[in-house]
Amino acid sequence: MNRWLRYRVAFQTILTKEILRFSRIWVQTVLPPAITTMLYYVIFGNLIGQRIGEMDGVRYIDFIVPGLILMAVITNSYSNVVSSFFSSKYQRHVEELLISPVPNWVILGGYVAGGVARGVVVGVVVTIVSLFFSNLDINSYGWTLAVFVLTSILFALGGFINAVYARSFDDISIVPTFVLTPLTYLGGVFYSIGMLPEVWQKISLANPVLYMINAFRYGLLGVTDIPIGLALTIILLFIAGLTWFSLYLLARGIGIKS
Amino acid sequence: MSALLLQDLRKVYANGFEALKGIDLEVAPGDFFALLGPNGAGKSTAIGIVSSLINKSSGRVEVFGHDLDRDPEGVKSCIGLVPQEFNFNQWEPVAEIVVNQAGFYGIPRSLAWQRAEESLRRLDLWDKRKEQAMSLSGGMKRRLMIARALVHRPQLLILDEPTAGVDIEIRRAMWSFLSEINQHGTTIILTTHYLEEAESLCRNIAIINQGRIAEHSSMKRLLNQLHNEAFVINVKQSLDQLGDLGGYQWQRRDEYTLEVEVKSGQSVNGLFQMLAERGIEVASLRNKQNRLEQLFIDMVESSRKRVQP
Repeated sequence: MNRWLRYRVAFQTILTKEILRFSRIWVQTVLPPAITTMLYYVIFGNLIGQRIGEMDGVRYIDFIVPGLILMAVITNSYSNVVSSFFSSKYQRHVEELLISPVPNWVILGGYVAGGVARGVVVGVVVTIVSLFFSNLDINSYGWTLAVFVLTSILFALGGFINAVYARSFDDISIVPTFVLTPLTYLGGVFYSIGMLPEVWQKISLANPVLYMINAFRYGLLGVTDIPIGLALTIILLFIAGLTWFSLYLLARGIGIKS
Repeated sequence: MSALLLQDLRKVYANGFEALKGIDLEVAPGDFFALLGPNGAGKSTAIGIVSSLINKSSGRVEVFGHDLDRDPEGVKSCIGLVPQEFNFNQWEPVAEIVVNQAGFYGIPRSLAWQRAEESLRRLDLWDKRKEQAMSLSGGMKRRLMIARALVHRPQLLILDEPTAGVDIEIRRAMWSFLSEINQHGTTIILTTHYLEEAESLCRNIAIINQGRIAEHSSMKRLLNQLHNEAFVINVKQSLDQLGDLGGYQWQRRDEYTLEVEVKSGQSVNGLFQMLAERGIEVASLRNKQNRLEQLFIDMVESSRKRVQP
């Protein structure tokens, strides 16, 4: 059988398996971000936002839309891969893949695509929720879509690495709780870094999530705190670095082979 | 070309434990091969290395001419593995587990469904195809793992204690199934703790102990090495008056049962004759211990003594 056809079938199998997995449990995977986002719009957007007025020249509720959508994408892409891959290690059915003639890059690609699929589904649902509270007038469809997908890829890769190292279910919740959530909140979801004192502005620039949120905000609203070329470069560099590291872990069998 | 060739295969785990100390092994195509050894001998490590679940420390592995270092995908394509422990997604429906495994081997979905139906029907699991794997009984789960391992039609099927915890009826059905696929050309390597299973199924055998091959020969030749065989005999007349049995050592178990040791040079026919001459009719006879079991214990014991004088 043609090698590339074999790889394509294997990739489709992993992806289909992943999509079926999160679709079967949509009450746990798709519904909660929709409800959480709705609460953010009601509390921060409507109640508090009316007192804040405008930020960077747009209504506050419109300002937080990109951050909230991207926050849902980040969290779901990450958690899909980390929980799925860790559970495959835990139940040992990762062995089904390890004994099969599937190259490591196809395994990684399949899981990451599964994470992106969930990120996209949740992102679309959250965007629909946003339409009830905000009039989205998209500045650049291409830019919006590119940042949406690239961010999703980046965090799916992060979830994969977390899953490789995780030894217990606690290990898969530590990074989202203590790293991902603070970085996302401090990445400018609810504020412009122009509001911060100069020293905190500089510290914020070390937060990679800031670049993604600003790039996405530029795509949706046309406003950003940082140059979008720089944001795109940083996202791509992170993706390249994490891809290399994930493939290295798979090649060495770290966390999955003796 | 061998179905499996291991040369100087070594494995040292991260904690320093040397599980394999230079194993050489060759399995011919079409063979039904038993790999036996006590717990912790290195059987599962060897199987794990061949099936790419464990990284080897050094040595060479070749499967149907594919070298594991140079052509791992070629090696993997040839192998079907039934591991010791259940390693499928317990939440997935039975048929999906088999179809997905076919997909990992590049088999398109429509063909994968045909193959899955074929495998599941042969192993009496087709009626359970829509049920979650966790709802299956232990025996069904074992059969599911066999169906999954066969879906890509491997040339080499490796079974790591496939009948552990399975009742005798299912075990015998599995034996006949495995014999059938072996007769159709699939090479089978079997590890088991049921030595009766190895004796009745396998043509060749290797005994591994403390990370080394203690014995590697044909089953027939190995069993010929047996010097003594012990039998339990039920008789129809009372044994109260039975005295000397002409060189056959015997022990009374109860009034109608005796244990007799038949040494090399002696025969079971001769024993029957002795009993008949003494007016005793045999009702039934069985081996006190499985023949291979007896040999296995002797070999493991002597190899242990060689390592620790």
